[in-house]
Amino acid sequence: MQQPGRAAEIKANGIGKSFGSFRALDNLTLDIGRGEFLTLLGPSGSGKTTFLMILAGFVQPSEGKLFSDGVDITNRPAEQRAAGMVFQGYALFPHMSVEQNIAFPLKVRKKSAAEIKNLVGEMIERVGLKGHEKKLPAQLSGGQQQRVALARALVFEPGVLLLDEPFSALDKSLRGQMQAEMKRLHQETGTTFVFVTHDQSEALALSSRVAIFNHGKLLQVGRPDEVYNRPTNRFVAEFLGEINMLPVKGVRPADNGATGLCEDRAVNMRCKAEAIKGDAILAIRPEDMSIAPEAFANQNGIAATAVASTYLGAATKLDLTTRQGAKVTVSVPNEVAAAALSKGNSVWLTWPAEKGFLLPDGGQ
Amino acid sequence: MRGPLSDRMGAALLMAPLLLFLILAYAWPFLGVVKWSFTLPTPGLGQYHALLTDDLVQSVFIRTLRIAAIVTVVSVTAAYAITVVWVRGSPVQRVLAEFCILVPFWISVLTRAFGWVALLSNRGLINTWLQSVGFISEPLTLVRNEFGVIVGMSHFLIPFAVFPLASAMRSLDERVLLAARGLGSSRMRTFWTVFVPMTRSGIIGSALITFVFSLGFFVTPAILGGGRSVMIAELIYLRIFQSPDWGLGAAISVVLVVFVGALMALLFRYVKPKQLV
Repeated sequence: MQQPGRAAEIKANGIGKSFGSFRALDNLTLDIGRGEFLTLLGPSGSGKTTFLMILAGFVQPSEGKLFSDGVDITNRPAEQRAAGMVFQGYALFPHMSVEQNIAFPLKVRKKSAAEIKNLVGEMIERVGLKGHEKKLPAQLSGGQQQRVALARALVFEPGVLLLDEPFSALDKSLRGQMQAEMKRLHQETGTTFVFVTHDQSEALALSSRVAIFNHGKLLQVGRPDEVYNRPTNRFVAEFLGEINMLPVKGVRPADNGATGLCEDRAVNMRCKAEAIKGDAILAIRPEDMSIAPEAFANQNGIAATAVASTYLGAATKLDLTTRQGAKVTVSVPNEVAAAALSKGNSVWLTWPAEKGFLLPDGGQ
Repeated sequence: MRGPLSDRMGAALLMAPLLLFLILAYAWPFLGVVKWSFTLPTPGLGQYHALLTDDLVQSVFIRTLRIAAIVTVVSVTAAYAITVVWVRGSPVQRVLAEFCILVPFWISVLTRAFGWVALLSNRGLINTWLQSVGFISEPLTLVRNEFGVIVGMSHFLIPFAVFPLASAMRSLDERVLLAARGLGSSRMRTFWTVFVPMTRSGIIGSALITFVFSLGFFVTPAILGGGRSVMIAELIYLRIFQSPDWGLGAAISVVLVVFVGALMALLFRYVKPKQLV
């Protein structure tokens, strides 16, 4: 983080943090690659913000070590780490104009007046704040304040940019716009971005990798499609979006994956069954299930009854109950849903073998 | 904060006795003083003319403004340091600071003034100690002059200067300070370029309160100034009770009240009343 102008590579090794008897972060080991866009995702109190504050140097870890480009920075104070940081609520200097806010980190670094003028002007242009240079933060809209915060955090070319729920105060349309802008800034600067959010769609849309936290533990880290399609545990599966959970019995390895009994019917899974044997949970995303008029041999499927529907415009969300009482939600074309409901009785739920994945029974 | 109409009426009713008291015990008698200033000893603007031309009155006015200004700078500076410790220090530091702020309120202004005389006089603690360790051969004149007045008044006013500052420091967003440090600013630099400017309203409030209080000081300058450093309030007292010149005393009072009123109006333009407590 100490070398401006190039992206930093960060290693967290066994980082833990306790506040009194509260365990905020437990034995976290994580490598953050040069120039990657890593999102820390989790509900509030999951430890993601604590980890960000440890990266920034505002919070001292109770144990573990932190390395930046191979150098131990665990005990280095925040002002010497000089990670760019965007706070929730922006934390702009209220008594300074847009220009002065952005110039602040450059002045601290004793850059020449000409250089400051150049860099600040360039940055203002880049984040689209031309014409607002002399305004105070209080005279700007939320989106504009957000841009000032981003410009201020990036203008000194930090090795890493830390973002703490930066979009939580923006309305939905502005949020989308700022997300796109941030993605562009990431590509343009090539800096390592570490982004904290509790919004799973934001995490999936923006990141090169997502790290999911719960109760102070890092549960899984991977590319957005990996964590969405192949979650390793129930919490991750449920946190990343709606998911159906069906109990399967007698799971054992089979050709091309695993097989087991779901609602007394044999079902096939493409995932490996080495780690999971016996009873397990079969998880399938609603958009991966479809409705068929009748059962076909050697295709995964169970019988269910449609009970309710929610019209979503492009598709309809259909709630069903299986014969053994499990609740299932599927996302299907509108006319399919209408037909299923009008029949008022049993339909057949199917899914491709590669779309279902196994999770350990019961536990998180 | 705005409750239903009946609540606001209730609040107004509860405040009414105070207003009535102020009118009967303060505003009404003061109108009498205003009347004297235009009628004694002869009707007309004579007293105000005297006020503008009398060298003694003018020098007392200038001294009062000078002492008030110095006391304001000293008090606000000292109060700022105490308040930083009180609001942002460790738990032990906070308790100590709170103690230092509150204890003076329990001791009467008279006791404190005589306490300073005991400390500062020629045979007082400070002079005898300095002489006994050989730093000085002749006692320093620390009291019965302007220096003594400034020390005594500052000591009295520091706790009052603390509250507007504390209110400003408490409402400051901690994340802004973190942001400054995260951007590479040292603690010192963050203090001067971010913390101090962000508590500006507290500094203005604190300075105006201290200044206004200083203008009307009577007991402390009378005792610690020893008659050599007369301030306005003492001059008014002298004109009314010692040289029976009620008209001039009344005119000085009116000018003082108008001046203080103008300063208060200025104060409330910059600071909301609730920021002062």
